[in-house]
Amino acid sequence: MTSQASPAPPAQAAPLASRPARLPRWALPLAGAAALAAAYLVFRGTATLPHDDDAAPFQWINDVRAWVDANRNQSPIFLFFVNYVRLFVGGLHDLLHLVLQGPGWTGLTGIAAGLGWLTGGWRIALLAAAGFGSFGILGLWEASVATLALVLTAVLLSLAVGLPLGVWAGLSPRLRRLLTPVLDVMQIMPTFAYLAPMVLFFQIGPASAAIATMIYSIPPAIRITALAVEQVSPAAVEASGSLGATRWQTLRKVQLPMARATIGLAVNQTIMMALSMVVIAALIAAPGLGSDIIRGLTRANVGLMLPAGIAIVVMAIVLDRITMSAAARTPHRTGGRTRWVVHRAVAAALALGGVALGRLLPAEFPAEWVVRFAGPVNEAVTWAKFSWYGVTDAVRNLTTEALLNPLQSVLTGAPWWLVAAAALALAWRTGGPRPAVVAVGCLLATALLGLWQHTMETLTTVLVAVAVTLLIGLLLGVAAARSPRFAALQRPLLDAAQTMPAFVYLLPALALFGATRFTAVFASVIYAVPPVVRLVEDGIRNVSPAVVEAALSCGSTERQLLWKVRLPLARRAILLAANQGIVMTLAMVVVGGLVGAGGLGYDVVSGFSQRTDFGMGFAAGVATVLLGIMLDRITQGADTRASSRTPTPTTDRRNKRKMRTA
Amino acid sequence: MTSSDGAAIEVRGLWKIFGPRAERVLGGPDAGLDPVALREKTGCVAAVRDVSFSVRPGEVFVVMGLSGSGKSTLVRCLTRLIEPTAGEISIGGEDVRAASPARLRDLRRHRVSMVFQHFGLLPHRRVVDNVAYGLEIQGVPRARRHERAQEIISLVGLDGYAEAEPGQLSGGMQQRVGLARALAADPEVLLFDEPFSALDPLIRRDMQAEVMRLHREMGKTMVFITHDLSEALKLGERIAIMRAGEIVQLGTAEELVGAPADDYVADFVRDVPRSGVLSLRWICRPPGAGEPLDGPALPAETIIRDAVPAAMESSRPIRVIGDGEMIGVVDRLDILAALADRPVAAAVPGQRPSPGGAGS
Repeated sequence: MTSQASPAPPAQAAPLASRPARLPRWALPLAGAAALAAAYLVFRGTATLPHDDDAAPFQWINDVRAWVDANRNQSPIFLFFVNYVRLFVGGLHDLLHLVLQGPGWTGLTGIAAGLGWLTGGWRIALLAAAGFGSFGILGLWEASVATLALVLTAVLLSLAVGLPLGVWAGLSPRLRRLLTPVLDVMQIMPTFAYLAPMVLFFQIGPASAAIATMIYSIPPAIRITALAVEQVSPAAVEASGSLGATRWQTLRKVQLPMARATIGLAVNQTIMMALSMVVIAALIAAPGLGSDIIRGLTRANVGLMLPAGIAIVVMAIVLDRITMSAAARTPHRTGGRTRWVVHRAVAAALALGGVALGRLLPAEFPAEWVVRFAGPVNEAVTWAKFSWYGVTDAVRNLTTEALLNPLQSVLTGAPWWLVAAAALALAWRTGGPRPAVVAVGCLLATALLGLWQHTMETLTTVLVAVAVTLLIGLLLGVAAARSPRFAALQRPLLDAAQTMPAFVYLLPALALFGATRFTAVFASVIYAVPPVVRLVEDGIRNVSPAVVEAALSCGSTERQLLWKVRLPLARRAILLAANQGIVMTLAMVVVGGLVGAGGLGYDVVSGFSQRTDFGMGFAAGVATVLLGIMLDRITQGADTRASSRTPTPTTDRRNKRKMRTA
Repeated sequence: MTSSDGAAIEVRGLWKIFGPRAERVLGGPDAGLDPVALREKTGCVAAVRDVSFSVRPGEVFVVMGLSGSGKSTLVRCLTRLIEPTAGEISIGGEDVRAASPARLRDLRRHRVSMVFQHFGLLPHRRVVDNVAYGLEIQGVPRARRHERAQEIISLVGLDGYAEAEPGQLSGGMQQRVGLARALAADPEVLLFDEPFSALDPLIRRDMQAEVMRLHREMGKTMVFITHDLSEALKLGERIAIMRAGEIVQLGTAEELVGAPADDYVADFVRDVPRSGVLSLRWICRPPGAGEPLDGPALPAETIIRDAVPAAMESSRPIRVIGDGEMIGVVDRLDILAALADRPVAAAVPGQRPSPGGAGS
């Protein structure tokens, strides 16, 4: 028996006989839940905070806006900084728009095809040409170019700021530590929250839309670039240094080239984020496809928004494929010089051919080539609504009556301090004291903003959507992990789903269920399920094969293997999935304010449409952020606790408890 | 044991071929190809090739080979953690290859347990629950399985650690937990897949001693996979040496060291100190003319190193007694030569006993 190499045994290794005396693990939460339920029954209806459209914070924000409007051309901050930023961004956007319009529709299509050829060969060239052609066929050429100009503006700005910052963060752990919490918060902020401050500073229009889009799309640019630089093999960096390279030489000749593919991914992700934001930015008068979509959403007119939705998805796919194949391409020239020249020549020929074709064809996209299908689509939607009414209505009513309404009446009817206490207890249990304090602080801040009731309404929708999302995500994830065939079938669907901008999911939801709260739930579920499925599947698949084999060799059945080994060991991945699911669901539920979800999202939307509601809209944007941080802290806490298993805090606690009972 | 010859494990003509259309390779002429050629021609890898052996009840049977020799695949085939391509396996008289999934589970639950190189412990369960896992999935009630687990935990020397989590334990102690888990169901057969390879040398020695102690106390049949020759020689009653999926030699430690079947085995055992493995039988010679035959007598099975004290006490040649008769003598020079690891054969050519006769 070894004693020299083994840690000292826990001093209080209690004999087994004493264990039954310990409280079962579920006793404490159960008691807590019972106490909360009792408190709810006793204090129901007291200390509620009903909504007031003219709450003091709203008025205060309105006053601020009035001051800003009055002093826009006097205050030095505006005169010498904000207005110049606005002019610069607006000018950049106008310039890019002009450049894109210059070659005409054939020319731009040709250039896109040439770019596709350069990065990925004839497949991508064909895809690019077909994609750009389809903008015209959908009757949306002008709008698509406007959107593209806005996306390019935002992406260029994001990369100009994000790439250097990312490289720096990759080299300096201190900057990384500083940036991480900021980026964390930026990424859980629902899109809506960016808009109101933009309007306050930059007024409505393309400039402020581009800036909002830029802010939204910059986190992946910074994050992934930092990761790319950080991940470069330290051996290569060391070798370069040992040969006498300066830090700048090492960066330029070793680190950046080696990080190239991953930085390409950063560009790709930035573009994808920008594409989903430009649509939302239509709320602050961004030009382009977004306005059709927003109009379609607010009027529940599927036929109006479907072509624009398709155009956005097509644009996303084309830009995604071009950037991805550019990132994947090896930097070395293959083949000889002639081949390289031919390669370039073909690309140039494609672009020039497009421009030349423009001389022969009309400058405008020919109207007779445009396919208009708003009418038939609306008819089909009406047909679907009527003929599936029985099913859709039953599903909607069941969810609304059985889940949404009861939960909402509990959350809005309970005293505010009771809800806060429940949040505190939950966050404390999952994450410990610090996340708990942050979570409750955020929750109470929504009350100070005068938006308690609407926050509770949004929270209701989010909770229901998250519950459904996690249920479906777990089922599909487990099924995929167990059956490779099912996983292979599901994977391309998930890939496609994750390329699409968020609000696209509102389309089928709106078509089937009309403008109701349930529509938002449905859309958030289909939006958030793919990443949840993927995380759960990966988590279960990555369970150590050694453990699975050991369990099998003990004679476990498949079911025992799943419940006793795979799911418990995938716990971290599942909690991460829950965290992701919640953040995504919140983002979607807020956007769902456009289609009748009510709550904070609706406040934000009406803040843009009515000047008197600006204060409320602004505050609601802030409240969504607070809600997001609260939910994130509660679930992320659970994640970090699970990760700190190997060190001993939890077991120490357990041992202490045991000492007391022994 | 219902098996005709009373073997605990009986393996006949076992094949495992990984890759596309493995069955076709087996039936055809390609089966005889060497590994590289087979891989090039068919894309298949023959991990286990026509392996046969039997393990006696209570024996410690060691399978030794370098990595990639197919030994880990072989041991997994025994309980069909990896499905064999062809061949017969019987454990305690039960035909493993014909067993239904339920029968197979039953076999794994009650009769054969396995200890793994990387332990395979469940990190989210306490030690006691890890040890009781096998009983838990059999449906043994909580109190009973914990009682049993506690006994086994004491048996493997982990008293006081029942409530710890595996992550808190050192590698050696984690493997004790793995051992305890395997013992908890009281199986007839224990399979060890390189159980101590991940441990540092001192702990490894302790664990080897632990296994030998458990074997003495409980008398289980053990199949032990290792790539460490000294471990094989220390533990194994019989040792099978594998290369490229085949068993190249099967015998006792003495036979392997004294009479390697081919250059591969010879190469393997070259650095083994012979005097610690071989017996006097391997170095004794007929007495020379005029040599005194009244020296001390020792049985032929005495390990050479253990004959040193007798040789030190008397200057006369030692008489080597086998089967009640003197089969030869060994003098101080012979023993010194053996201790110096001079090739035995060079000393007295033509005097080596046949490999089959030794150690049986």
